[in-house]
Amino acid sequence: MTTTATTAKQAGTTSVEPASAGPGAEGGVGLRLRGLRRSFGATTALDGLDLDIAPGELVALLGPSGCGKTTALRIIAGFETADTGELLIGGEDLTAVPANRRDIGMVFQSYSLFPTMTAAENVAYGLRVRKVPKAERAARATELLELVGLPGREKHYPHQLSGGQQQRVALARALAIRPRILLLDEPLSALDAKVRLQLREEIRRLQLELGITTVFVTHDQEEALSMADRVAVMKEGRLEQCASPSELYERPATPFVAEFVGTMNRLPGVVCEGGTVEVLGRRVPVHGECPGVGCEVDVLVRPEGLRVRTGTDGEGEAATVRVATFLGGTTRLLVTTDSGAEAKVDLPSWEAEALTPGARCTLTPQEQPVLVED
Amino acid sequence: MAGLTAVSRTAVPRTARKRPYGSILVLLLAALYFLVPVAASLWFTVDDPAKGLTFGAYAKGLRDDGMATSLGLSVRLGLATVALGLALMVPTMVVVTLRLPRLRRVVEVLCMVPLIVPPIALVAGVSTVLSWEDDLRTTPLWGTFQALHDKSFPLVLVLVYTVMSLPFLYRSLDGGLRAVDLKTLVEASRSLGATRRTTLCRVVVPNLRPAIVSGSVLSLAMVLGEFTVANVLGFEPFSVWMVHVGEYEAQLSVAAAMLSLLITWGLLLLLTNLAGGRTRARADRRKPTV
Repeated sequence: MTTTATTAKQAGTTSVEPASAGPGAEGGVGLRLRGLRRSFGATTALDGLDLDIAPGELVALLGPSGCGKTTALRIIAGFETADTGELLIGGEDLTAVPANRRDIGMVFQSYSLFPTMTAAENVAYGLRVRKVPKAERAARATELLELVGLPGREKHYPHQLSGGQQQRVALARALAIRPRILLLDEPLSALDAKVRLQLREEIRRLQLELGITTVFVTHDQEEALSMADRVAVMKEGRLEQCASPSELYERPATPFVAEFVGTMNRLPGVVCEGGTVEVLGRRVPVHGECPGVGCEVDVLVRPEGLRVRTGTDGEGEAATVRVATFLGGTTRLLVTTDSGAEAKVDLPSWEAEALTPGARCTLTPQEQPVLVED
Repeated sequence: MAGLTAVSRTAVPRTARKRPYGSILVLLLAALYFLVPVAASLWFTVDDPAKGLTFGAYAKGLRDDGMATSLGLSVRLGLATVALGLALMVPTMVVVTLRLPRLRRVVEVLCMVPLIVPPIALVAGVSTVLSWEDDLRTTPLWGTFQALHDKSFPLVLVLVYTVMSLPFLYRSLDGGLRAVDLKTLVEASRSLGATRRTTLCRVVVPNLRPAIVSGSVLSLAMVLGEFTVANVLGFEPFSVWMVHVGEYEAQLSVAAAMLSLLITWGLLLLLTNLAGGRTRARADRRKPTV
């Protein structure tokens, strides 16, 4: 799948163009947020959010606590009202439409099944509200429970289901009304790691099968990167960058994104001519904003963007291995240069065998563009 | 090994045989405290020094028009009080929980006031207001005042009892609301297309059912036993009738009290089973899978 994204900070807003439609896009509608602002007293939760989501696309809103991602989701759902801005779904302005008339399915962070209803009654609730005949809604509930992997659980009450099963029923319930948009508000955060992994794969499979436009809020970057067509990273109510997971990881637009997504080293460097920076005794090109020549900056380099070799001769900076953590196929080394800088480096485990704690080594950056920060 | 086995054989049964004598003693004392007065009353109603054991007092009570009328009035007043109290308190508590959580303390204090204000003070205020009736004879309000103290169904008692039942309803509903994630349930219902009314009827009320039943039972019990307000205002529900009868026929009065006890328990059991037991029974028929 091809996705494109552009980032442009203009007049206090960040604008992101829609990516191309995801697989099965014929089933979904587009979603457009225009200049959404929302304050709670003196706190600004959203500060001019612009985001376009293509039909059938899954976009993850990722960011630290208080960045405004949940507020954005709640405004889309109709549970919060934006102070200013527009919300368009399929070209229709729904800014002032109440939550119950938006045709949006939502799965919540906490278990939200109605405790007095069975799994089938929960799934059929939206259809009952829409006055769908009883036989039809029972058939649809059965069909959806099978779709989410819970055949035969129609008559079980929520307290008789595990957390993962409850979230599956909640997903089936949200899908039962054939929503135009599906909203997922950290639906996996209350589950244990194994169930979370399994369920996120199933959610993605279903989303692709049904081609439903989906917005997924999470603070777990692994979840966002593994599930989403695009990830929108938010900070202090604003969008920092919205791009495909690989682009976000490889070409982060800002130092915040670079450090928030994945692991990042901060190493001292000096800006040189020709848009380069000298770090660890080597010049590498700068990606993004570059201060004036001679400026001392922090250079942001990923662990896999550094190389370590035994011995202290040749290009690079001499260093000592402090900690070696075996992670299976790779080993993560924590090294300290003789000038006092600390860095994490990922190496194939077979290469790292000789680099035990206390070993002397040389650290050099790879020939890749890096971000710098004053 | 044999030694170990012997030790474990003696240790386990000793633990298993241990009886909770303290708990049993407390239970026995509590049972005596409650049952002795009931048993004594029962004995008083069936023991006639001249005829021996007789159920004459009960037969007489059941034949007495005064008892049927006053008991009927008490039950109707109780049901009306519960209906009005729930109609006021359920939406209020839901709105406060969802939209105005800061007002929770204010509502709590207001609802607890009837516990602090003695019924006699409350009824003094009500009597003063009712005494305005003559001054309002020429206004449309006169009809309302007439309806308020209609002897066949005194609405004023329903209003006063509703105020007096607020602490019971508040405490029960507050407990019920704290036990469920109401905000998420309401939002889930709204996102599925339900209106506010549908959400209230199909999601909120069923989830508050145990709290509603508990508050209703307490309110009903309070109304059935209330004496001061009704007596001062000059009405004769069951409690007032019993006291009046007791002045000249003690055995009938106590027999009526025993009957009222049975009827009250029956009503409370009926309410609890009708409203609270259905879901639990349905759920308990199935074993948990996880």
